[in-house]
Amino acid sequence: MDYDLGLVLPFLVKKFDEILELSGEHVLVVLISLSIAAVIGVGTGLLVWEKPVARSAAVATAGIILTIPSMALLTILIPILGLGWASTVFALSIYSLLPIVRNTVVGLREVDPAVIESARGMGMSKLTVLLKIQLPIAWPVILTGLRVAAQLSVGIAAIAAYVAGPGMGAYIFKGLSMLGAANALNFALTGTVVIVIIALSFDAVFILINRLTTSRGIRV
Amino acid sequence: MSKATSGASIELTNVTKSYPGQPQAAVENFSMSINPGELIMLVGPSGCGKTTTMKMINRIIEPTSGSIKIDGEDVLSLDQNLLRRRIGYVIQQIGLFPHMTIAENISVVPKLLGWDKDKTASRVEELLSLVELDPSRFANRYPKQLSGGQQQRVGVARALAADPPVMLMDEPFGATDPITREKLQDEFLRLQANIGKTIVFVTHDFDEAIKLGDRIAVLSERSQIEQFDTPANILAKPSSAYVSSFIGQGAALKRLALIPVSQAKLGPAQSGSGLSVGVVENLREALDHIVLNGGSPVPVVAADGRAVGSISVENISNALGADVTSLSGLKAE
Repeated sequence: MDYDLGLVLPFLVKKFDEILELSGEHVLVVLISLSIAAVIGVGTGLLVWEKPVARSAAVATAGIILTIPSMALLTILIPILGLGWASTVFALSIYSLLPIVRNTVVGLREVDPAVIESARGMGMSKLTVLLKIQLPIAWPVILTGLRVAAQLSVGIAAIAAYVAGPGMGAYIFKGLSMLGAANALNFALTGTVVIVIIALSFDAVFILINRLTTSRGIRV
Repeated sequence: MSKATSGASIELTNVTKSYPGQPQAAVENFSMSINPGELIMLVGPSGCGKTTTMKMINRIIEPTSGSIKIDGEDVLSLDQNLLRRRIGYVIQQIGLFPHMTIAENISVVPKLLGWDKDKTASRVEELLSLVELDPSRFANRYPKQLSGGQQQRVGVARALAADPPVMLMDEPFGATDPITREKLQDEFLRLQANIGKTIVFVTHDFDEAIKLGDRIAVLSERSQIEQFDTPANILAKPSSAYVSSFIGQGAALKRLALIPVSQAKLGPAQSGSGLSVGVVENLREALDHIVLNGGSPVPVVAADGRAVGSISVENISNALGADVTSLSGLKAE
């Protein structure tokens, strides 16, 4: 099939508002899912990091979830949560758990026990030690977990279009379903490229957040 | 006690720590009375319970039974965190907070105590100078930018931040190289001479105990006190074979290091051979000079360089109260 590059620009111009709206949805659904996963994932990490059995169980469970093919999971979710946002947010949130839980656990475990002991020995309460010492020291590692989760979510969100989820995935599926038509490749390519741009933008934002929120004393 | 003190007394009575499932206690019936401003060394082999004993004073480890009083106040009845803010704590691994600057590290306890910014800032400056780190150079650095010895000084400064009457130190110089360790020990002695804290200092290094301690408690298993006395008394009269074995070889030489030349009865002044020893130096250094001098007596000079006498091997062993005949036999007359 011949592809006329000259047709790309008019396509983009014509579809500009729609592309913008779908991109916005894509970013939004990732942000919502990531926030939910962050609360649950970091919370779980905080609860289990010191307990060997619970820790292994949590990381293993999150790992198993990640092995479920996204298409399969989304299909299972349709009868429960219906089509659209709810299924998408649910799927993205639980896929994000593994990197977040694991990195929270790893980050907290990497804090030198001597540092915790001297903090306790200076008269900090357990909560103060957690908030002022452990979390700030573990923060770069936890943040990396969030960053990986964001990358994962941006990609999986594309597939969520299959259950009528929000985001740029709609363009990819549209392209697939009209294969052979004049605009098929335009849809698929636009969807793909925009998703890559969104993923890179998330990465850039995380790098910036890391710079701004990690102490110079523990930056590598 | 003549030296200045801002310390408090510590009284441990029948303190025991046992862990469930272990046949014998880690610390059993430990009793000790520590005077304000005293530097007490707990010395013993690893696993003897010396660290456990120390950590019960600030309740990092909770005693199973017994009582611990600081200035007459029962620490077990106090709030743990409030108690610890009044006790300086230095551990071997130092445990500086890597995400905080040196100034922030030192400010932790003052902040917990609610000091205002100006007071905290001036205290940080004062403490950095006290441990011989230039505040303008070091205050805003991070721990990873400091050498081991510098980090250890910050550890001591941080523990002193809120001017606690009591300090607990767990092998604070253990992880540094020998040269740095000796320097830190010397600095620490000078510091303690000025501040006069009550210090409980744990070490497995008997030489360190001799050098730093006002009194040394030699501990054996379950933190049993084998002997609790001044360094000189322990070296002169070890109470048991266990203590002697802990002192190791060369008890007499170790004692010499504790006695200044001024305490020995000197021989007549004589014109020197170039080598001389100051009155403020110790007998071990004097002996060192005698050996270098081919065994002959060495002139002793006052601080102003004036010769005040000479010192011989006999003078030294007399000062030690040792059996001179056996020693003088070794010396070619």
